[in-house]
Amino acid sequence: MSEASSRKLSEDLLRPLLETSWRFYALVAFLGSIVLMGLVTWAYQMFNGFGVTGINNPIFWAFYITNFVFWIGISHAGTLISAILRLVNAGWRRPVTRCAEVITAFALMIGAMFPLIHLGRPWLFFWLMPYPNSRQIWPNFRSPLVWDFFAISTYLTGSVLFLVLPMIPDFALVRDRTTGWRHRVYGTLALGWQGTTKQWHRLETAMQIMAIAIIPVAVSVHTIVSFDFSMAVVPGWHSTIFGPYFVAGAIFSGIAALIIAMAALRKVLHLEDYLHPVHFQNLGKLLLMMSLLWAYFVFSERLTSWYGNGTSEMAVFWALQRGSYAPLYWTMVICNFVIPFPILALRQTRTIAGCVTASCFVVVGMWLERFLIVVPSLGHKYLPYSWGPYRPSPVEIMIMISTFAAMALLYTLFSKFVPIISIWELKVGEHPFPAETPAEIKEHPLWQVRP
Amino acid sequence: MPHRWGMAVDLDTCTGCGACVTACHAENNIPTVGPEQAARGRAMHWLRVERYWEGDFPDVRLKFRPVMCQQCDAAPCEPVCPTYASHHTADGLNAQVYNRCIGTRYCANACPYNVRFFEFFNPQWPKPLHLQLNPDVSVREVGVMEKCTFCVQRINAASIDAKAEKRELKDGDIKPACVQGCSVKAMAFGDLDDPESEVSRLSRSPRGGKLLDDLGTRPKVTYLARQTQV
Repeated sequence: MSEASSRKLSEDLLRPLLETSWRFYALVAFLGSIVLMGLVTWAYQMFNGFGVTGINNPIFWAFYITNFVFWIGISHAGTLISAILRLVNAGWRRPVTRCAEVITAFALMIGAMFPLIHLGRPWLFFWLMPYPNSRQIWPNFRSPLVWDFFAISTYLTGSVLFLVLPMIPDFALVRDRTTGWRHRVYGTLALGWQGTTKQWHRLETAMQIMAIAIIPVAVSVHTIVSFDFSMAVVPGWHSTIFGPYFVAGAIFSGIAALIIAMAALRKVLHLEDYLHPVHFQNLGKLLLMMSLLWAYFVFSERLTSWYGNGTSEMAVFWALQRGSYAPLYWTMVICNFVIPFPILALRQTRTIAGCVTASCFVVVGMWLERFLIVVPSLGHKYLPYSWGPYRPSPVEIMIMISTFAAMALLYTLFSKFVPIISIWELKVGEHPFPAETPAEIKEHPLWQVRP
Repeated sequence: MPHRWGMAVDLDTCTGCGACVTACHAENNIPTVGPEQAARGRAMHWLRVERYWEGDFPDVRLKFRPVMCQQCDAAPCEPVCPTYASHHTADGLNAQVYNRCIGTRYCANACPYNVRFFEFFNPQWPKPLHLQLNPDVSVREVGVMEKCTFCVQRINAASIDAKAEKRELKDGDIKPACVQGCSVKAMAFGDLDDPESEVSRLSRSPRGGKLLDDLGTRPKVTYLARQTQV
């Protein structure tokens, strides 16, 4: 890479950090006010009692748990995808990884809020954690909710590390190109990065370890989230397929979220030179594969329930298939398969606009999927006497909207303070002296077989 | 000596009068939520009388089934609670420790009988019901789960009395509010470990059956009903 193109790259990608337009402030104010309204709504719920939600007997879990599973699912966008792409040395990953990893970190933080929002007494949430106390009471390690706590905190720690490690050289770059308070702040964040061979070597080693470690963690997290349901003897929940089904759905919705975020960044930050149609096409192919996998899982799950023909299972089955939840169910099938499949399967429509359209449908469809797993089963348990309907209250809807705003706000702020595309990784990818790269870490485009 | 408390309900005798429900409300300080909240599915009845109609008009039979916590030996509500608020006592009761409950409501989802209830608001009693609160039973605050305890306060009181009088508990010493209130003596309560007790005798009846027996929850409530040949 020439000196000039290297400088252009740094300038293009650092511009969002150094120049701020009024639009940024307007967007932050807008999103911030929605987040604030969400917090006020939560306070209102705590002050007045949980009855302000639409939760009732027998639907004890509904919108909040749906959102919890949905956001934890979205979090599989990043770390998992970027870790896999790093390990297989896919060259096209370079501009994508950081956008993806950030989604993971923020979606996890938002998702982890929901179990707290949904508690009857959220001020006692710390009883879920093992901590030294005078009564020597431990949490109940047999409870899947305690497994959730450990799984999510492990994944959050891991993915934040995975996100921060490759940011260090970029922080150093910002440090070296700025003065004043920015120089000091980014200098602290750069942790004394000088770019010595030893430092690069250690960074690469750490990245490699994290990329390998994070994959089983990511898979286990959504499996454990699925255990919240499959461990209970509730018709429609008590299913052995739930672990892989949830993981596949999570990756599915995660890729969709990543495509939407990338398209937004490309448009707003003018990154057309870095996020090319080929990135969207490749992610579109991944999304296509996950859509097929999702359809396969739904088919297997539905068919085995129907064939087994258990009395209580069939009540839930028909409620979804052609009962009161049928409109939502078929919307889900259309959003997750009928619409995205042709868009992503045909090369002519697998454009940026096509991929974003398909992704929007997938996000809606996957949210519905989570809702349809949680609610209809609770409404159709064994004793028909205690069946019941569910309707969300404005409180739940407001809190849900505010979390979407929180995601957008955190993403906006992050892309303001950190280069959203990893500058050093792009530069390394366009290294002019391939002979200097050791053969075993040399990159291979996806279509070439390794020697 | 540990006991194993159980109950037997004769469905052929039950008239569905609802006296047990009222007695349970009065004994256990269960809030009345009012018609509006009840319509939204927030009614709290630790004991409810389920009504089922059989056959077509005019040849209709109406059946009642009082359903309370079945005090399962293998209770699905217990392992899922992250804080041990829902746990098993030495007497085989499914205890709910209100102070330890943080309101995840997981137990209510796991319970196949839907007999666990959530305090959606801080409880209130319309006058003059506030004057009849039972001092032996704690009032639950907003955000906790609660359910039938087999009137554990009465079990404890009778046990303490027996101990003070240096004697063993006799069958019939303990009557939960629903058993006491039943107008047709359709309910019996006692120690299942005592083969001579009334509840043991009724539980062994060929008319007896457990609710959702095939789930493997091993309930301690036996329902007696005319068994029809299939």
